[in-house]
Amino acid sequence: MSDDNPSSAGAPRRRTIDAVRASLPRRYAKERRFRLTGRLAVLTGLAFVGSLFLSIILNGYTGFEQTYLKVQVTFDQEALDPEGRRDPAALAGADYAALVKRAMQAAFPDVSGRSELRELFGMVSSGAEYQLQDMVKADPSLVGTTRDLWLIASDDVDMVMKGHIDRRVPEDQRRVSDRVLGWLDVLEKKGAVDTRFNWRFFTNGDSREPELAGIGGAVMGSFYTLLVCLVISFPIGVAAAVYLEEFAPKNRLTDLIEVNINNLAAVPSIVFGLLGLAVLINFFGMPRSAPVVGGLVLALMVLPTIIIAGRAALKSVPPSIREAALGVGASKMQTVFHHVLPLAMPGMMTGMIIGMAHALGETAPLLMIGMVAFVVDVPKGFFDPSTLLPVQIYLWADSPERAFVEKTAAAIIVLLAFLIAMNALAVYLRKRFERRW
Amino acid sequence: MSTPLLIAALLVLTAVAYVLGRRRSVAVSAGAGGIRNLHSLPSYYGSYAALWCLIPALLVLALWVAFRSTIVTELVVRDLPQEMQQLGPDRLGLVLNDVRNLTSGNVVSREVTPELRAAADHLKSLERTSAAAMAVVVLSLGVIGGGLAWRQISPRLRARNRVEAIVNVLLIVASLIAIFTTVGIVLSVLFESILFFRTVPMTSFLFGLDWSPQIALRADQAGSSGAFGAVPLFTGTLLISGIAMLVAVPIGLMAAIYLSEYASREFRAVAKPVLEVLAGIPTVVYGFFAALTVAPLVRDAGVALGLEVASESALAAGLVMGIMIIPFVSSLSDDVINAVPQSMRDASYALGATQSETVRQVVLPAALPGIVGSILLAVSRAIGETMIVVMAAGLSAKLTANPLDSVTTVTVQIVTLLVGDQEFDSPKTLAAFALGLVLFVVTLGLNVIALHVVRKYREQYE
Repeated sequence: MSDDNPSSAGAPRRRTIDAVRASLPRRYAKERRFRLTGRLAVLTGLAFVGSLFLSIILNGYTGFEQTYLKVQVTFDQEALDPEGRRDPAALAGADYAALVKRAMQAAFPDVSGRSELRELFGMVSSGAEYQLQDMVKADPSLVGTTRDLWLIASDDVDMVMKGHIDRRVPEDQRRVSDRVLGWLDVLEKKGAVDTRFNWRFFTNGDSREPELAGIGGAVMGSFYTLLVCLVISFPIGVAAAVYLEEFAPKNRLTDLIEVNINNLAAVPSIVFGLLGLAVLINFFGMPRSAPVVGGLVLALMVLPTIIIAGRAALKSVPPSIREAALGVGASKMQTVFHHVLPLAMPGMMTGMIIGMAHALGETAPLLMIGMVAFVVDVPKGFFDPSTLLPVQIYLWADSPERAFVEKTAAAIIVLLAFLIAMNALAVYLRKRFERRW
Repeated sequence: MSTPLLIAALLVLTAVAYVLGRRRSVAVSAGAGGIRNLHSLPSYYGSYAALWCLIPALLVLALWVAFRSTIVTELVVRDLPQEMQQLGPDRLGLVLNDVRNLTSGNVVSREVTPELRAAADHLKSLERTSAAAMAVVVLSLGVIGGGLAWRQISPRLRARNRVEAIVNVLLIVASLIAIFTTVGIVLSVLFESILFFRTVPMTSFLFGLDWSPQIALRADQAGSSGAFGAVPLFTGTLLISGIAMLVAVPIGLMAAIYLSEYASREFRAVAKPVLEVLAGIPTVVYGFFAALTVAPLVRDAGVALGLEVASESALAAGLVMGIMIIPFVSSLSDDVINAVPQSMRDASYALGATQSETVRQVVLPAALPGIVGSILLAVSRAIGETMIVVMAAGLSAKLTANPLDSVTTVTVQIVTLLVGDQEFDSPKTLAAFALGLVLFVVTLGLNVIALHVVRKYREQYE
């Protein structure tokens, strides 16, 4: 800075304050720039959150709807039940696909030629025949009647109706031919095309046909897996937290355990998958793709989270509670289990829910233990092959059909809804039971 | 009796043991002058009997279930005809699979020979015997354990102390599981890696420049042996993680500084949780976002600038991974910055420094070790991240530093090598475990350093 020496009176005085004043505009500008950079950084982060959610929602909301075509279907006595005995086995085995084809041909009588007919029949989903089969199974008296029915449209028609297939693109670059578009326009003019809420999406298992694919199987798979994960990880986590916080002597072993827990919390999740593959599947011969194995692997993965949260909850219980219990003659074990643990329970539950939310979104370790199978049936137990919601998302995201894009995004919306609900529950629990001592 | 049913029966037995134990304690105390002369409360006597009934039986049950299939398979193999036994492990496995399918009534891949049928019947009878024997052994163990404890009950039995000792052991076992998990990870990864390094030397794995793990189908096929040089994977991982850190560190750090030093209380209360939402979103969602939205955007931008961009560019994957990591950097740095004592800031203000000068010249240097620690943790997170790169990065291993090119990473290769049904002993699957070992060691090293740095820093200001 300036050599502000009063003895050198002859020279013009240059005071520190002048130097500071001169530098002030520059410093203030710097201050503003710094503050602006910070604000920009936060806004960028928020913009990322916004664009992520926007992209998912815009891609996904149409996935909850499905196009239906109204077609006049004749439940032909000859085709379904030639002997007229209404035998359920015969009715179930009849050729419903032929009914659908005949109905489509009846709607467009002037269509002929093999490839044209194939295109015409392709407008209706291959699931339509099962729709008819279920109807007849529920009500055999339908046989011999003619009904106006809403049949599931194929994914291509669905994509056209939702605007994902552009009509202006030249025909040879489009999945849907001009002919099909023409038929669709005819149907639309008759009011025979409609989009409705897609209940199948919530009840069906996976399918190769996008219009039939649903997350029902994946949700049940996630449910069973999380149940196994919860039953294993919560008691063990609580017990470990209680021991480390309340009983453990300070020695090498407990230090080692603590270091271990902290490190396990940061081990990449895929490594837990390798553990599951090598130990559970290859060594113990447990079945691949089963919720039990998935639950075990996820339990090991979330255990550190639960233990750390549990210890924090125990730490927040004031020592006076322990001293009071010990003072009236309770043993150490009684003090902990009768007084400290119940008071720490809300905090432990919060940690448990956050751990479960983490487990619900996890994918990588499950790929290792074979939970990427194509599973059509909704799993009914802990040993049935099943997929999980995030794995289903991964599988669909890999599928080439355009219609799976909106299914994937819709499944993501469901997954995020579950996660938000779980986190909201955790926040509620914390607010509701939080105590200030 | 199926295993869940057996467990239910055992639990019922335990409940009975509790009731009987409790009742006996009351009964024996009647002769000794009433309940008040018992050493412990009656419920402790009940618990004592119940624990003795449950724990030995449960241990045996767990061991039995764990080793059942191995032993049964071994017995079936021993009774197979000679020529089948000499088939070699993988073909024998196929035969056994068919035997199993035959037993459960599934479709069988080969002609059902009498030998196969006999083996299937043998398997079925063995399984049935095993289940019956397990039920008998487990339940009788429960009865014996509970009965012995029940007989011991007397007014002088120190039931509470004994129950508490047992509970204490259980608590210790629960907390040891963390160590078992680490040991399990190390052993399983190390064991398979050693098998792998027997076929592929470690130096050519760690320093080889060529990665194409597809093992040749025929011996005379061009490029007949798979190449396992992992350097392209390491560089690919570093490239993508590097891009991610370039996104996450400036944004995360500046956001943390702004939120802790400048933002109003209201803004902070909204912005901080919203940013932390990014940490709670499943990685598979990021992967979808990267593949569907960001990758085409990056490519279009590249085309507009006249650059050639691969459709699975490292840039897109790295960008999205960076977004995912922002909250790790920002919330950890936030903690560290808040831990810097206010007195240091006040001193700086008193000297006339502006707020940004205080942040840059006082707060940041003081918080630097902690920030470095949090960045190291974020790096380890980026290296171990799987789903984003599986969905948005490429599969071909290229040795390049061009962020517009498609590269592959360690985690992507682990997933591609292990997903689907493969025999377990081929170098291909074993290579995945070797990669897993590298991944585990590197992330563990980073974590240990980071935790050490953070902890040391914390002590400084406490």
